Amino acid sequence: MAKQLLKGNHAIVKGALLAGCRLYFGYPITPASEIAEGAALYFPRLGGTFLQAESEVAAINMVYGASSGGLRVMTASSSPGISLKQEGVSYAASAELPMVIVNIMRGGPGLGNIAPEQSDYNQVVKGGGHGNYKVPVLAPNSVQEMCNLTMLAFDIAEKYRTPVYILADGYIGQMMEPVEFPKPVMNLPRHDWAIYADAESKDNLIASIYLDPEELEEHNRKLQRKYAEIEKNEVRLEEFMLDDAKYVLIGYGIVSRMLKTAVEKLRNENIPIGLLRPKTLFPFPSKKIKEITQRIEKFMVIEMSNGQMIDDVRLAVEGKIPIEFYNRMGGVVPSTDEIVEQVKKQLLQGERG
Amino acid sequence: MATKILEKAKSFYDTYERNPSADKKMPHYCPGCGHGNVHKMIAEALDDFGVADKSILISPVGCSVFAYYYFDVGNIQAAHGRAPAVATGIKRAHPDSVVISYQGDGDLAAIGTAEILHAANRGENLTVFFVNNAIYGMTGGQMAPTTLVGQKTTTTPLGRQPGNEGFPIKVAELISQLEAPVYVERVSLVDNKLRAKARIAIRKAIKNQVDNLGFSLVEILSPCPSGWKLDPVDSLKWIEENMHKNFPIGVFRDLTKEVEPYKIEKVNPNSDEIINLLDISGENDLSLKSTETSDKYKNPEIKIAGFGGQGILLMGAALAQAGMFADYHVSWLPSYGPEMRGGTANCHVNVRSKEVGSPMVSLPTVLIGMNRPSLEKFENDVVPGGIIIYDSSLIDIKPKRTDIEVLAIPATKMADDIGNTRIANMLVMGAYIGYTNLLPKEAIYESLKTAIKRKRFIEINEKAVDAGYEFGKSHRK
Repeated sequence: MAKQLLKGNHAIVKGALLAGCRLYFGYPITPASEIAEGAALYFPRLGGTFLQAESEVAAINMVYGASSGGLRVMTASSSPGISLKQEGVSYAASAELPMVIVNIMRGGPGLGNIAPEQSDYNQVVKGGGHGNYKVPVLAPNSVQEMCNLTMLAFDIAEKYRTPVYILADGYIGQMMEPVEFPKPVMNLPRHDWAIYADAESKDNLIASIYLDPEELEEHNRKLQRKYAEIEKNEVRLEEFMLDDAKYVLIGYGIVSRMLKTAVEKLRNENIPIGLLRPKTLFPFPSKKIKEITQRIEKFMVIEMSNGQMIDDVRLAVEGKIPIEFYNRMGGVVPSTDEIVEQVKKQLLQGERG
Repeated sequence: MATKILEKAKSFYDTYERNPSADKKMPHYCPGCGHGNVHKMIAEALDDFGVADKSILISPVGCSVFAYYYFDVGNIQAAHGRAPAVATGIKRAHPDSVVISYQGDGDLAAIGTAEILHAANRGENLTVFFVNNAIYGMTGGQMAPTTLVGQKTTTTPLGRQPGNEGFPIKVAELISQLEAPVYVERVSLVDNKLRAKARIAIRKAIKNQVDNLGFSLVEILSPCPSGWKLDPVDSLKWIEENMHKNFPIGVFRDLTKEVEPYKIEKVNPNSDEIINLLDISGENDLSLKSTETSDKYKNPEIKIAGFGGQGILLMGAALAQAGMFADYHVSWLPSYGPEMRGGTANCHVNVRSKEVGSPMVSLPTVLIGMNRPSLEKFENDVVPGGIIIYDSSLIDIKPKRTDIEVLAIPATKMADDIGNTRIANMLVMGAYIGYTNLLPKEAIYESLKTAIKRKRFIEINEKAVDAGYEFGKSHRK
């Protein structure tokens, strides 16, 4: 199929439909609204449902209902909307319902602004709602990945019976790049746990209530085993010029695009630097980071937040080597040149002076 | 009637295996509670209509949180107040199903007010049973939104006072004001006569859904002896003496005979149809030959800036599209949101022979300035050796930099001469391509076809590109 120049938000809609998703429930919010608008146009065209819910809370609960019916379903929002959805995500995680939730992050806290930020890392990657749960999180950094990772998200969601997040930001949602679309997924299987409104499936129960503490503990242990399995199988990352690197930059999403250009610029000055980009934030590429820790001098984490992903890097590095940090907040996106300057100042201080 | 009472509905499980209590035969409700009555009426209706297999019950939060212990149907337990949203989701997934949202007064009329109102307003083809007992039973007798004025609860120890807690919410009246609901009735469980009426209402609300007529809600005034601290007999009396006054029983809305049944259309496109319906079939695959361009103009990082309404974003998108047609790696990043709707607009475009790293252009190699503030704001960001192109008929100053190339084009004037001020953007883009020979002109023509929605404007835009191209070409260094 030919390439098409498309906004990241629209690539999500088309990716979801190609993955066989035919149900969309959501509430408009900048900078994620193009997803709802695209869904409103394309979902009914393919015989699916688009419904603009009365609230974020209603939207996630509609997704909960539709997922109980065993069909692929999604919603999308941006940071403040995700805060509102957290109740529903907790229920869905416990009831083990597959669903895809897209978060096109914007500036916070509070109403903040609509510029891109990465300050939802904690509320998305660490669970976010009440209870002992986690949710796989995929972090695209291009419009192509907005399509491909959305399709992957549906597979992971069904394989492990869990909500899955696409965590992107205003820039990746709003920007256009060429996309090459994969073939549509056809003939999705029936699930033995779901309710299809027929005799065969009517004994199924979708619930998250376990009154007996020991029973609930066992349910929690089962969830933790599932997360361990996800950590074992689903880590995805991109390496760039790591082989001979003495310094490694870590960043995800839009930041990783600036980092890649920064690495190229620094390599032109013969600085042995590389990039590690987590494509999955849960599961986090801790193993890879541990491994690199053995052979490099320093990491530097760059985030558009107050320093949230860096905690996961710290856990992996276990204090063995220094981790430098550079951040911007409030919707300010660090430029490549700004990052190059910070790398020189922080990572190379005294070494190349 | 006597046999009916003894015979257990088939839509109930034989034994309640999901109930952790040792007794798998008895329901968990207190003696004298109304839920058992309502459950029975629902189960019998499901039996009689033969729809239990395709029925799905949404259990709420409240005393009926465990309704799924009893009903031999598909069961979903929902978060507090969200049952109508969950019901909407599964009903939309399986339109042939029969979905029942079973809710109490706290669930439906307090924490879930938005969900019930909007499900009703959309006319979802659902059946809602609203059990109103004027108190929070499960959590131990706190005030409900339907608690009566003066009624004592654990959170209104002196009795509900309208000045503090407001008045009891009349749900049946409220919902019946909406356009979409088909059937709204309030019934009561106080005696055999009224219970028979309740039974008819419950059956009708389910039948309406089976017939695809739309949204039905039955509000049931129901006893809660434990919450009210009365015995079962006095509880019924209390409903009659107190609740009936506040919550008159009767039909509030009934369009059952007037409305047309919903039609459920099933569309299931095949793989090729999906590709066409998604507008992703391969007709635009051009792979045009690249042009000879000087090294200094290769891999441009372009910033385009001007007023909103000048077609700034469109110019950038057309440029990126043309770059893609000529097999370059491209990106386009707009300013967005309120910024876009007023005042200034700008976008960042990369056209590169290698993968685009940062899509953000902070230090452009090419600045296209369409108004004076943009030129002033971004002039100093342009990298040495870069280009500034600006509309000299709108901008009355000149760039001060001497370490860059400058192309001044009276674009707005030229656009007016061609016949439309709004094509100044395409003139400037044409001039940029003509000046640098970065892309084949055919690529721009193709991109106009994609970028310009109204086909009748394509020709004049092509004219603008041509005029700009010739202008740029004649000014090549």
